[in-house]
Amino acid sequence: MTRSKTGKPDLRPRPEPRLNLKLKARPRIEDDEYTMFGPDDPSGRTTLERRDFLKLAGGGLVVFFTVGGGLEAQIGGARGPDGGYPDDPNAYLKVGADGRVTCFTGKVEMGQGIITSLAMMLAEEIDVPLASVDMVMGDTALCPYDAGTFGSRTTKYFGPSLRQAAAEARGVLIRLAAAKLGSPEDALATKDGAVYAAPTPSKKIPYADLIGDRRIEVRLEKRPAVKAIAKHSVSGRPTPRTDARAKVTGEAKFAGDIRCPGMLYAAILRPPAHGATLKSVDTSAAEKVAGVKVVRDGAGDAGFVAVLHEKPDVAAAALALVKAEFEPSPSKLDNGNIFAHLKEAAASSDVVVESGSLEEGARLSAKTVERSYFAHYVAHAPSEPHTAVVRIDGNQAEVWASTQSPFRARQAVAQELGLPQENVRVRTPFVGCGFGGKNQGGQIVEAARLAKLSGRPVQVAWTRAEEFFNDSFRPAATYDVRAGLDAANKIVLWDYKNYHAGSRSSQPVYDIPHKRVLAYGGGFGGGGGGGSVRVHPFATGAWRGPGSNTNIFATECHIDIMAQEAGLDPLAFRLANLADARMKTVVRAAADRFGRTFAKAPSGRGCGVAITDYLNSYVAAMAEVEVDRAKGTVRVLRVVCAQDMGECINPDGARMQIEGCVTMGLGYCLAEEIRFKDGRVLTENYDSYDVPRFSWLPKIEAVIVDNPGLAPQGCGEPAVTVMGALVANAIHDAIGVRLFTLPMTPARVREALANK
Amino acid sequence: MDETIRFKLNGKEVAVTTSPERMLLWVLRTDLEHTGAKYGCGEGYCGACTVLVDGRPERSCQFPLAKVESKSVLTIEGLSRGGKLHPLQQAFADLGALQCGYCTPGMILTAYALLLRKPDPTEAEIADALEDNLCRCGSYNRIIAAVRQASRALKMKVVKGAKGAKDVRSAKVVDHDAL
Repeated sequence: MTRSKTGKPDLRPRPEPRLNLKLKARPRIEDDEYTMFGPDDPSGRTTLERRDFLKLAGGGLVVFFTVGGGLEAQIGGARGPDGGYPDDPNAYLKVGADGRVTCFTGKVEMGQGIITSLAMMLAEEIDVPLASVDMVMGDTALCPYDAGTFGSRTTKYFGPSLRQAAAEARGVLIRLAAAKLGSPEDALATKDGAVYAAPTPSKKIPYADLIGDRRIEVRLEKRPAVKAIAKHSVSGRPTPRTDARAKVTGEAKFAGDIRCPGMLYAAILRPPAHGATLKSVDTSAAEKVAGVKVVRDGAGDAGFVAVLHEKPDVAAAALALVKAEFEPSPSKLDNGNIFAHLKEAAASSDVVVESGSLEEGARLSAKTVERSYFAHYVAHAPSEPHTAVVRIDGNQAEVWASTQSPFRARQAVAQELGLPQENVRVRTPFVGCGFGGKNQGGQIVEAARLAKLSGRPVQVAWTRAEEFFNDSFRPAATYDVRAGLDAANKIVLWDYKNYHAGSRSSQPVYDIPHKRVLAYGGGFGGGGGGGSVRVHPFATGAWRGPGSNTNIFATECHIDIMAQEAGLDPLAFRLANLADARMKTVVRAAADRFGRTFAKAPSGRGCGVAITDYLNSYVAAMAEVEVDRAKGTVRVLRVVCAQDMGECINPDGARMQIEGCVTMGLGYCLAEEIRFKDGRVLTENYDSYDVPRFSWLPKIEAVIVDNPGLAPQGCGEPAVTVMGALVANAIHDAIGVRLFTLPMTPARVREALANK
Repeated sequence: MDETIRFKLNGKEVAVTTSPERMLLWVLRTDLEHTGAKYGCGEGYCGACTVLVDGRPERSCQFPLAKVESKSVLTIEGLSRGGKLHPLQQAFADLGALQCGYCTPGMILTAYALLLRKPDPTEAEIADALEDNLCRCGSYNRIIAAVRQASRALKMKVVKGAKGAKDVRSAKVVDHDAL
């Protein structure tokens, strides 16, 4: 990074050499002034300052392009600040005068590895070494609008457009070289950041030399052809994470690592229960602590009380001195009565799919089986709790946040502070896990509110107990599933109702003529978003593979029951009822690696299978488990997980995601359950919320089913969604007992055995 | 009452004047601006705040500052030498033994302490030593592989540096300053 001697942005107009290229002129980027964060950028990320952007835009090639289109906007459920998400160019990349290539994206890096895979796609298409690519991510001042990083959609929707923009940039560079060399364009090629004449590779011009002081802006109008996959040398090759060095040295900054001069840390008074309202508060003892600033805003039940101090631990200790009384929560819900409540609260349903007629299906059925399934609330439990820093300077606000949705955060902060959105800049340092939980940014608004009230920069970093209390849990849900087999053991009836799970992945992948799938509580299960009726006693929302991981539990357990009814082994039964050739290929790939022959369950061997189509990524998983009948404990010994995600950009990154999904998924299978009563969240830390640890680790074998003919699909979530059914089916195969409730805790396993 | 506590932080003498009852994590992160140790749970369950005190892994969120008086504290910031990564760091990076990276400093330091006392651990011993360090991204399998790889790399260094040391396992291998 460069900065002027005074440290101030140099915004003097500079001469602009013009090029005689027939490129559509674009308006200059506005000269907004931003605070400098150059080499000492507290985020530690390679960022490009606005000032530098201007400088490089004076000597750089910028390609503006549009990502997504209607589908992206629909799934995102949110539009740009002007309401016009899909039409305007909403992304850009730049080839700088130094020949480095920068991708600007509103997406964030939270462990899923896009900082590497997007850079690979870009490097491949524009022909520079991967090390010549800089990623600027999640900075609302520098990056174009983005709805958020969720739904395994980055590679799928952003990736292809990025490739095309890179191809366009490469085309422009070739044209520049053609003019300079006096060669025809088709005699030129590109490699390692240079254009060269094909017959004489020594006669090459580095990109940097082509650009020089010139500023070229291109709007991607037509979608240029991109490289054939067969010619790829970066994309498709297993590639180490580019953020690894920063993360193993401690240099990687997370929101909690951001320091601003004069910053105070907040400790916020929380109610003991959701729905409990503040009756009275006495902050006098806390106020006596040296350096403490007590902030109180709002009256009565809207009362918001926080203790601020220059040291976070002193603020927390002072908060413990605050005496507060609350009216109890009106909620009477707990883990015991929640499922009855969810059914009673079910008013209307969405029809997810309907074909044939259930009556006809029932008539054709020689055997029908009806069962109910249950899943408890689950926390995201991100390694890094929700954290944000807000600094207000006049009518400008700066935010550093642990968020999956920096632009939504900008909107929320602008609203809280009464500022126009363009006066708010949100930066996203590295995010320590998201899994959907950081779509919600309550801590960001709290930090903004406190920064305004205190007149100082404020950091809000939720404690682990606050994280459990304020999290938007995976919704508890229940399911009624009825299926029928005809005399030939073909599934002919599928009658599926889910109550408040969310609708994703509730459509069966099997070839079933008469089926209906209903989702009560809408796409996200009621309470998570979209204005649906709030039925849950606290916030719920997207949890890695939202809806899917419990829908697949109900669906794939029920398929196993039907296999048993058919007298077939679960693998043969699935293959016989699948019509989708691509899915069959994935199932066979898993079976080949698994190498064990399935037998009609329960075989006593503890083998299970589960499959899914998660937003067009196909997954087939097989597992072996061991059950201690006396203790009720389940040990997963081995998981084979085959996945077809279309073209795979970074096979090593994809494996990491699959392995992580399998490992994380063991938690909601076997242990993770939010305990709650009357609005109180009884789960406050890892002593009462068991997440997977080293001793749980099975042998994990990720199999990537090569399918380069299909455009890249998502990879961050698919494999986690099969884990519940996979393990439930394997437990059944081991001990002949089926569990209908997630998580399958030792107590539930013992209970199921006792009731056998 | 505030006191001045003196200790070695990554090989350098430091003095902090503050309440000795404060936990080391917050003193490191705020007073001493070493943010490598992370807050994860505040109660010693997750291991994200792990640092080494005289070579032993300690949960800095549970470790009062008073107890580090005259001792030597190693944080993740002190592990590389002159820009060169420690073999553990290198192995974590090479094998992708991290995703979000939040638990990584605690993982590496706990593994480092393991290698100090057991230079050639088995996979089971590694898993056992790291059992109380939580990684929500689920990198456990790769972390085990990375610690194994680092162990091999360190042995090779000893062989190179120990001038005829016959039994590398008995050599005092991974003393940090010997690297």
